[in-house]
Order: sequence, then C-alpha cells, then structure tokens
Amino acid sequence: MRVTLERSNLLKSLNHVHRVVERRNTIPILSNVLLRAEGASLSMRATDLDLEITEAAPAMVEQAGSTTVPAHLLYDIVRKLPDGAEVSLSMTGEKGQMSVSSSRSRFTLQCLPETDFPDLTAGAFSHTFRLPAETLRMLIARTQFAISTEETRYYLNGIYMHTVEDGDKLKLRAVATDGHRLARADIIAPSGAEGMPGIIIPRKTVGELQKLVDDPEVVVTVELSDAKIRFTIGSIVLTSKLIDGTFPDYQRVIPTGNDKELTIDCQSFAQAVDRVSTISSERGRAVKLAIRDGQLVLTVNNPDSGSATEELAVGYDNEPIEIGFNAKYLLDITGQLTGTEAVFMLADPGSPTLVRETSDDDALYVLMPMRV
Amino acid sequence: MGDAVLSFCRDCLRPAVSRGRFCQACGSPRIVRHAELDRLSIAHIDCDAFYAAVEKRDNPELADKPVIIGGGKRGVVSTACYIARISGVRSAMPMFKALEACPEAVVIKPNMEKYVAVGREVRRLMEALTPLVQPISIDEAFLDLTGTEKLHRDSPARTLARFATRVQNEIGITVSVGLSYCKFLAKVASDLDKPRGFAVIGEAEALEFLADKPVTMIWGVGKAFADKLAADGIRSIGQLQRMEEGVLMARYGSMGQRLYRLSRGRDERVVEPREAAKSVSAETTFNSDLGRPDDLVPVLRSLSETVAHRLKASGIAGQTVVLKLKTADFRIRTRNRRLDDPTRYADRIFRTGLSLLEKEMDGTKFRLLGIGVSDLTDLARADMPDLVDPLAGRRAVAESAMDSVRAKFGRASVETGYTFGRGNRGRPERDDA
Repeated sequence: MRVTLERSNLLKSLNHVHRVVERRNTIPILSNVLLRAEGASLSMRATDLDLEITEAAPAMVEQAGSTTVPAHLLYDIVRKLPDGAEVSLSMTGEKGQMSVSSSRSRFTLQCLPETDFPDLTAGAFSHTFRLPAETLRMLIARTQFAISTEETRYYLNGIYMHTVEDGDKLKLRAVATDGHRLARADIIAPSGAEGMPGIIIPRKTVGELQKLVDDPEVVVTVELSDAKIRFTIGSIVLTSKLIDGTFPDYQRVIPTGNDKELTIDCQSFAQAVDRVSTISSERGRAVKLAIRDGQLVLTVNNPDSGSATEELAVGYDNEPIEIGFNAKYLLDITGQLTGTEAVFMLADPGSPTLVRETSDDDALYVLMPMRV
Repeated sequence: MGDAVLSFCRDCLRPAVSRGRFCQACGSPRIVRHAELDRLSIAHIDCDAFYAAVEKRDNPELADKPVIIGGGKRGVVSTACYIARISGVRSAMPMFKALEACPEAVVIKPNMEKYVAVGREVRRLMEALTPLVQPISIDEAFLDLTGTEKLHRDSPARTLARFATRVQNEIGITVSVGLSYCKFLAKVASDLDKPRGFAVIGEAEALEFLADKPVTMIWGVGKAFADKLAADGIRSIGQLQRMEEGVLMARYGSMGQRLYRLSRGRDERVVEPREAAKSVSAETTFNSDLGRPDDLVPVLRSLSETVAHRLKASGIAGQTVVLKLKTADFRIRTRNRRLDDPTRYADRIFRTGLSLLEKEMDGTKFRLLGIGVSDLTDLARADMPDLVDPLAGRRAVAESAMDSVRAKFGRASVETGYTFGRGNRGRPERDDA
C-alpha cells in the first residue's frame, strides 16, 4: 500500500472514525483503524464490535492495499502535523510496519493484518428510508438527554425508534427515558419506514451519530433490520448493533388526566431556572415551583450555600400548587424548547408532569417531580 | 500551688502533694506527674482491647478467661483480651495460630453492630469534652482540648482523667489516654501505659524520648518503608534526628520531610473533626469457598440488607453500588455500577449487586463476598419515583413495612424468600470454633 493525501482530509475522517475506538482494549485489533487504499480514496474503518464507522477521503493511490494501525496513535500524529501538509502512508520493507511521512517527519507504526479486523457489515437490511440530516439531528437532540446510563436496565440505554399511526398519518417516533423523565419526538415517517420493527439505538451510537449530522444539507440514508442499523451520511457509513431488549410501554406513563395548565415563556423560564439553580452546589438539587394565579415563584434552597428566588409572570388560573423538579432535568428540557411558549400540565406534587410546546405537537416531555 | 497542678491522682483528682508513690488522699497508686501537665492539650484516646472488653462487660463469666474476638476457623484475630495476649495472641494473627498459642481461649464472633453502638457512646462522651474530636476508628480518636479550661473549669489533663473514669463507670470499658502537644506524640503516648493508661509526653523531653525508638514508631512508616530505611542503615529515630532535611527529602521525597519533622517531635497536623464516610459496605468471609448461585445469592441479599440498614440509620444514600469478591486464590475482584439516582434500599442494592455478581459466577469459587455503596448523598435526591418501573415504588413500600416490623420485633422477625430457611439469615452454616 502506498497512498498520499492532504492532512486536513485525513484528519477530518480520522476524527470521525477514531472516536469509536475504546482507549483500553483487551483485543489488540480493536485499538486499530483499518486503512484501505483503492481507486482514488483512502477508506478508514474503526469498530468496537457494537458500532463501526467507515469514511473515505480523497487520496492519490500509488499502490492499492490495506492494513491496520493503532487508531489513536495515527490520529495524534496527523493532528500534530502542520496545517496544509501532505501525508504519505506506505508499507515499509520491514514486514508488519507502516510509515507515515510528511515533509521532514517520519513515523513508523506497527501493523496488524487486515484479515483479523472484525467485520460488522454482514447481514441484510429489511427497511431503507432517507431523511434530511437536520430532521435526524432534531429527532436525536430532543430525546438524547433522557437516555438512561444505568446499565442494569440496558433496554433504556438508547433511543427507541418506531412508527406509530396518528390518524391517517404514519409517524416515525423517538422515545428515551431514564425512569425520571421521558422525551418523545415525532416526525412524519419517511417513505420506506412503513412496517419497520421497533428498534433501540444504543447511547454511544446516538452520540457518534449526533456529531456526524452537522451538515444540514446532507440527506441521510437509513437502513435497518431488527438487529442492526446503518446510516450513510455522505462518505461516512455508520453501522451499529441495536439493543436486544424490549422497550417498556411508555404510553402508560404519559399522563392524560392532568388538569392544571401552566403556560410559560420558554426563554425567560429557562433563564430563571438556570439562575436560581446556581445556588445548588451539586447537580440535581430540586427547584421548587410555587404556582398561583398568574405567578410562578422559583426557589432553590441549599443548606450549605444559601437560597435563591425568582418570580415570573405566567399563565395559570387553577388552584395554587407547589411542586419540585430536578434543576438539571428542567434545564435539559427547556434546552430543547425551540418555540416561544410551553405548557406544563400538572396534577399534584407527587405525580408525573407533562411538558410540551404550545405551537408544536411533535415533542413532549414527562417529568417526575422531586420532594421539596 | 503551681506544683500542685503538675501532678494529680487519677482516681480522686486531688493534687499529689508529696513525692510518694501513692495518693495521700485516697491511697491510689495512679499518680500523674509532668512538668508540662497544665500546658498540654492534644490527646489520643484508645479503648483497651475494645471488642473483647465489650464482650466481657456483657458476660461477666468471661472476666477472668482469655477471650479472642474474630471470625471462624479461617478468620483472623480482630481483638484479643489482655489475658489472651499473655499467651502471645495478637491482632491480625490467623485464628488457628492464636488457638495454638492459647487453646483455652473463648472465641467470639464479632458483633459489629454492638461495638459500633458502644463506640458511639464513647464518642458522645468525647464530644462533651470538645467539638474537636477526630475519630480514627471505631475505638480511637484524637481530641484537641485547647481552650477548654474555662468550660470544664479544669486543665485538659484532669478533664481527660475524669473522662476516663466516666467511660469506665458509665460504659463499662476502659480507655488509655495519651497527652502531648501534637497528634504524633499523643498517639505514641496512648500506647505507652496500656491498659487503663495515662501517659504524657512533653515538648521538652520529645527529642530525647524519641531518640532510641525504632523508626516504625513514626506515623506513615510501615514495614516496607522501614525495610528501605534499614537498607540505608537507619533504624532508630535518633539517627534521623542527626540528618539534614535536604538529605532526607532528596532521598525519600515528601516522606523525607515527614521523617525530618516527626523525628524531631514536630507535627503540625491539626485535629480535624470527622470527615463524612465515603462508603458504606458489608462483607463476609465464608468457612469454605463458594461458587454456586444458590449459596452466594442469599448472602448477597443478607449483606445488602445490612448495608441498607446502616444507610437508613444514618439518613444517607449511595449512588454507586460496589461488589467485592475474593477468589479462592485470594484475588480481589471489585465491580461497580452507578445508578441514575442514589438509593438507600436493600432491594436496589441487591438487584444491582446481583446483576454484577451474575457475570462473575462462572464456576469460580470465592472465599469472600461484599457489597456496598459509595458516592454518598443525603436523601433529598434518593430513590426518585420511577416512571418505567412502577413496581419499584411498591417494593420500596414493602421494604419500609419490613423495616417497621423489624424495628418492633427484631431483625430476624421478617425476611425475604432469598434468605428464608437458609439459617443465619442466608449465610451458610458456620462451624465456629
């Protein structure tokens, strides 16, 4: 293999790919990135056995071929090379070594044979659809924060993606919950999604995907089966295993009978919550919402540092109520409210509260109150 | 008058007016004399053979017998009473060796809950002396009595003597007191006159006192470091006293600075009141190695309940569950998992521990199993209601109900199916010596 390409192209692709590689690996080849030079490009592939990212960068291929080298090492080398440099990768005469050279710098890296590199791509996909990167980004952003990190309930460690019929429309729906809050976001189902199985996309995959859909112009191709999903974003292909589990019946926890309606201005509410929660030294302290006719008082009490209060004018004409929420959870939700107004549907201080935007039915959030 | 303050009888607290061996007032031989007695205010208090003393207190028949507190045949000696120590029994000695040395010893399994309770009583009396109490373990603590003369209308020395008598009368165990001007020498002093001791090391005599003592007396010098010093020809603290600070630091780094200072009796560490605990855990060593789920799971459940009991008693919760295993060949495995919110419930600790344990039960045999929680918090954010698992709330209610029953009728009055019928609350039968 002998190939030359621009540092910026190599760096951009390696940056996408190398993040998949875990820093510590018991299987040596999983620390490596697979490099394959053919045609007019160098393709790079990395995997952790659950997730695989492949990306191709334009390159001048003098001699086609492939090998694998330590991913983080190669990334760090390329990162430190001067801007605008050209980088040549070639197998050295010494067996099992690849050299990286750029102007006066030369590195030699130990390789592992390409044949040992695991292949995650096998297997057929049953459904294929396309959707704008921006739509996918929104769908993820609105739900990602609610993904559970508790491994005991592994089936909550991802976003549940499935289709639902809403009247005569078919919707593609994303749901995530950690048991304390739930986020649900809908889009009109793209054609090809009909009949797809309900799937749970793992947290790590969601995180990587979110970083790859930064270009709103791109259209993403999604292929899936009940075990795997693949996203093709331009020259990047992300393939991931799905979480093999049953997502709980989330509809059951979305309250329908909450009758106390609180209307807030998203921006001023978010800022107020952010301000009063400054006083809570640790994340996740409770913010108390004292609500009565047209007025909301936010309070945080921290026995160690003091207290904070802020008043807001709101829309409310029900009996007064006091309810507490985790400050971080509130901020996570307000961070996703893009409109001007949002509605809190409350029942009592011990029951789940429903949050949604007044102008947008596509996203809703359920929040469990805290004792205050 | 000045001289009167510098000596007193520990029993009647009256000044010892004569130079005689006995108190002229009450005839007691327990006279304390020291030129700096009215100036020293840093104390180290250590309970004498604590676990054994508590057991002897509770069973007077044991008073004149050698008593060893420790695990079963495979365990080690936690505490040996002073009678057992005459035969050469020491703490941390393997039990079989201890029984070789002292075959007539009465071996008692440790009852930690009882010792913790007694330890708390002692601490409460300490805290009546000064707010600056720094517990080192369940049975020892540093106290800073500086500036308490007016409060107690007496010198720290006599206040401590009164405290020792009070512990003996009210709690029924004895303590040894070390009094000095710094923590290092207070700790050293409390060991000089055990049991029921009261030893004083003053500033004037510190250098001379330390000169012929072994380096291991210095706080932080364990066996490994002592070997290193011995390899360099240093065995006594006196040798360190003759060395330059720069030389010691060059050789031993920050430890060199400590050697320099402590060997000269200089210790600037202050008595800091208790830091909050960092974790709560419980563990048990089996009599024979176990590997089957049928054997391990009930133990895990029982230990989880112990941990939960302690959390609830302290009004705290933990967010990370830690499983600890020691394999038959003494390898320690710890596995931990962070929860979405802190918990105080045995149910959640057990379930999380179980999911960690399941991955380890691959036929390996274990000699020790432990479970605990770290990342301790208050209860404000603990055990948040769960949207997805409505049964979690009901299990929490059930556990609270069990706790109420236990509070009224004792710990053994109600248990879950995991431990029911397993004897000794889930632990395998033990053939204690």
